[in-house]
Amino acid sequence: MPSLILRTATLYLMPMLLLLSAFLLLRGHYLPGGGFIGGLVAAATFSLHCLAFSAQATRELLRVPPVSLAAVGLLTALLSGVLSLGEGAPFLTGRWGRLDAGVLGVYDLGTPLLFDLGIYLVVIGATLSIVTSLAEEA
Amino acid sequence: MLWSVLAGFILAPLALLPAGPAARWRGWFQALLPLGLTLYFLGRLGAVAGGQVLIAHQSWVPGLGVDLAFYLDGLSLLFALLITGVGTLVMAYAGAYLHGHPQQGRFFFWLTLFMASMLGLVLAGNVLTLFIFWELTSLTSFFLIGFDHQREAARQAAMQALLVTALGGAALLAGLLVLGQAAGGYDFATFLSRGEVLRAHPWYLAGLLLVLGGAFTKSAQVPFHFWLPSAMEAPTPVSAYLHSVTMVKAGVYLLARLHPVLGGTPAWFWLLTGFGGATLLTGAWLALRQSDMKRILAYTTVSALGGLVLLLGVGSEAALHAALVYLLAHALYKGALFLTAGAVDHAAGSRDVNQLRGLARPLPLLAAAATAAALSMAGLPPLLGFLAKEALYRAALAAPVAGLLTALAWTSGVLLVAAALLLVARPFFAAPRTPRADLHAPTPALWLGPLLLAGGGLLCGLAPGLVNRPLLAAAGAAVTGGPPVPLDLALWHGVDAVLLLGLLTLAAGVALYVNLGRLARVPALWRGAPGWGTARLYELGVAALYGLARRQTRILQSGYLRHYILTLVGFAVGLTALTLVSRGLSPSLPGLAELRLFEGAVALMILCGALFAVFSPSRLSAVVAMGTIGYGVALIFVEFGAPDLAMTQFVIETMTVILFVLSIHRLPTYLPRSSRLVQGRDALLAIAAGGLMTLLMLLVLEAGGGSRVAEFFAEQTWPAAHGRDIVNVILVDFRAMDTLGEIAVLTLAGVGVHALLRLRSKAGEN
Amino acid sequence: METLLAIIVGVLFGAGVYLMLRRTPVKLVIGLALLSNAVNLLIFTAAGLTRARPPLVPVDALRPEGVTADPLPQALILTAIVISFGLLAFTLVLFRRAYEVLGTRDIDEMQGGGP
Repeated sequence: MPSLILRTATLYLMPMLLLLSAFLLLRGHYLPGGGFIGGLVAAATFSLHCLAFSAQATRELLRVPPVSLAAVGLLTALLSGVLSLGEGAPFLTGRWGRLDAGVLGVYDLGTPLLFDLGIYLVVIGATLSIVTSLAEEA
Repeated sequence: MLWSVLAGFILAPLALLPAGPAARWRGWFQALLPLGLTLYFLGRLGAVAGGQVLIAHQSWVPGLGVDLAFYLDGLSLLFALLITGVGTLVMAYAGAYLHGHPQQGRFFFWLTLFMASMLGLVLAGNVLTLFIFWELTSLTSFFLIGFDHQREAARQAAMQALLVTALGGAALLAGLLVLGQAAGGYDFATFLSRGEVLRAHPWYLAGLLLVLGGAFTKSAQVPFHFWLPSAMEAPTPVSAYLHSVTMVKAGVYLLARLHPVLGGTPAWFWLLTGFGGATLLTGAWLALRQSDMKRILAYTTVSALGGLVLLLGVGSEAALHAALVYLLAHALYKGALFLTAGAVDHAAGSRDVNQLRGLARPLPLLAAAATAAALSMAGLPPLLGFLAKEALYRAALAAPVAGLLTALAWTSGVLLVAAALLLVARPFFAAPRTPRADLHAPTPALWLGPLLLAGGGLLCGLAPGLVNRPLLAAAGAAVTGGPPVPLDLALWHGVDAVLLLGLLTLAAGVALYVNLGRLARVPALWRGAPGWGTARLYELGVAALYGLARRQTRILQSGYLRHYILTLVGFAVGLTALTLVSRGLSPSLPGLAELRLFEGAVALMILCGALFAVFSPSRLSAVVAMGTIGYGVALIFVEFGAPDLAMTQFVIETMTVILFVLSIHRLPTYLPRSSRLVQGRDALLAIAAGGLMTLLMLLVLEAGGGSRVAEFFAEQTWPAAHGRDIVNVILVDFRAMDTLGEIAVLTLAGVGVHALLRLRSKAGEN
Repeated sequence: METLLAIIVGVLFGAGVYLMLRRTPVKLVIGLALLSNAVNLLIFTAAGLTRARPPLVPVDALRPEGVTADPLPQALILTAIVISFGLLAFTLVLFRRAYEVLGTRDIDEMQGGGP
């Protein structure tokens, strides 16, 4: 039976850690970070939840089976590569566009970002599949 | 010309289509392709007889100078006509022979492929093209010999033929490459004009021996002859087509083709006459000891192949011309006899010459064909076989070692006369013990082939001018390397030594046949004779190979994981060390970046962790030590400008420790320590491996590091990829394809773990 | 520092190989982990060390200023770290299952089939 302190702390830590992971993912193109690191941080967050509560609870929290998450990630990455094919460019050519969000600022958006999102999901999915499977057995 | 070869390969799959009720016409249908090709090649007769050489080129691997080149001269045309002409008859024949066989389509598929390969072989315009088709004929013949794959004997025979001819093929490839290098070109156009250079080249003998290895195995020369009688396990059309008329003559074709460049030396003379002579005699002798028609024919084929090689070895114009006549005569009478044997088997249910009797009355057409062919084989006028035998004697009498060669030719001639009588006398003409009513009459396809082939032998014998000037003269020019000269083909030369020899042959042959029964009762003569030596050797060789494979598997695949690791690491260390030593490399100690206190502390932490992981008696502390090492490495990443790596490493290390914690109590505890000896051995290897890595790294550092593409990444990251973190840009843009592969692997690992643990528990619940 | 790192790589490599040659599953997995750390460090150091200059392009610049750490080995290692984690997890689970199914603590005795 994990301690109450761990459980309570986990509940407070989780939103912040997930925010951090999203932040790492998004800034990856400009500063240290990216899909791998972001995904690992998110996976670590859920692993913490898994340790504090149970694998069952983590699965319910996730709603989607981790393996499906990894599959969706892989497809996302593939999709980002296929997008450039429509313009006659080779598979996985980076395509960029500019998003003007008014007060919120101007953002460069591109297929590499989508690819990074794919990596992020694969890392979360694969890692959590491993962790929850192991935890369930333990 | 290109299409004449490719047509077979393209159209062969048609045979696999289900034919439905039209299956009984399949043989005739399949004969259309070879028939068309025969007409095509007949149309080329005029040009080739006029001394033209038709060449077709198709660029194939230009980087290596390998072309798909085809070359049609007299020699190629002679073979091409035999292949397509006999092919037409055999296809039609096979349709009737395999009537109702469920796998008929497969049979025609392979037979058509074989025909195309064989055509490619004789039309090849450079030595590499020739080799490729050579191997294709070996492969397709494997499937044809083993067509009856439910029978153990057929499988064995197919394997034997494949092993022998493929080994020869390997030798041939080596030989052709050696000769091609020596000649400075693989194209026949250049290759065939470099005879002087080749014969004087230091590699000549090596190249010749290797090429002969290929030719002798393919053409079943002693001591490789044993595969040919075994190959009689094939359906009879295959035996007739592959093992008498076409494939086994590939070796002869090769030798004839190469004679102008390689021939005329003492090595050529002695090797070819030696092996050819031995084969000529052995084959004829062994033929008499058989009672199965097909095996008799197989051994006489071996004998004939020996005769052809012998004649090519003698190499005089008369001998080369004799070889061509002999080749044509043999193809006609042997094809006819094989097809007859099959038809007899089909009609009477047996091929045993001791059991069959009096078939002439119920099967008159087959009897006529068999008789004409057998007389041709015995060398009786006015058949083509007579001309061939006369030419053989004439060439032998004029050769350097005339006495020996003539004796050889004469003895085998006697034996062949007896064999010919053995084949037809009793089965067709002896009075039957009991009249047979169960014979079913052969369909036209079954008697047409033998009759046409035997008739061809008679026609060519009566009117040799039909084939002499248009075909054989041009072929002779290709083999002698001189201008086309019509062959001396006359039935009557006056009373001379050759005629007397021929008469003596016949008399002795008949006498031998009459006394065959008496001879068979002398066991020393009948059982102790040579011939099985190499077959036995082959069996021993194959058994030894299997034994070696088993032993090697036992040693290398012991089933102990650590033995595999030991072998792998041991070899890697050994080979790398060998390279280092042989290159005389030794590192200096670079002090590129000075040591800082913080870094020293990190290094110490890693070193202590490593020692602890190895020597700690507790699993948990070893895991902690492992984590420590990981964090230490992460700190090194921090220190040397790799924040991405450091972050990843920190998180991964944490996750790894979590994994261990989650599963450690489900994993076995430490075993008692291994023996001191094993520990010492492993430690030695580990120290060697570690030391070598250190050494290698120092060498690399000395050579100077840094990737050459770093500059490109630095310049392009912002302008081309809109990113500022170069590491991440490499991952998601420059090398995104690699990353895609890596996340696919990661997904697989996740799915694998999921499958190993979760699916099992679900199955357990049920 | 490079010399020291070369020695560390050697020690980690040796320790990894030694542990992989043991007959206890846990030791083998730990050996695998040490081996992958050794290799990562090897690639990292072999490309040349640059202190505290991460390969980043500063804002409002077209390319990094001066000499930075080489980004290519970093990218290679980053994926290698993640992949080796997947490998490690898979090995761990495999051994766990083998232990459960075969009931032996000894890798030598984990022979389901084959010769």
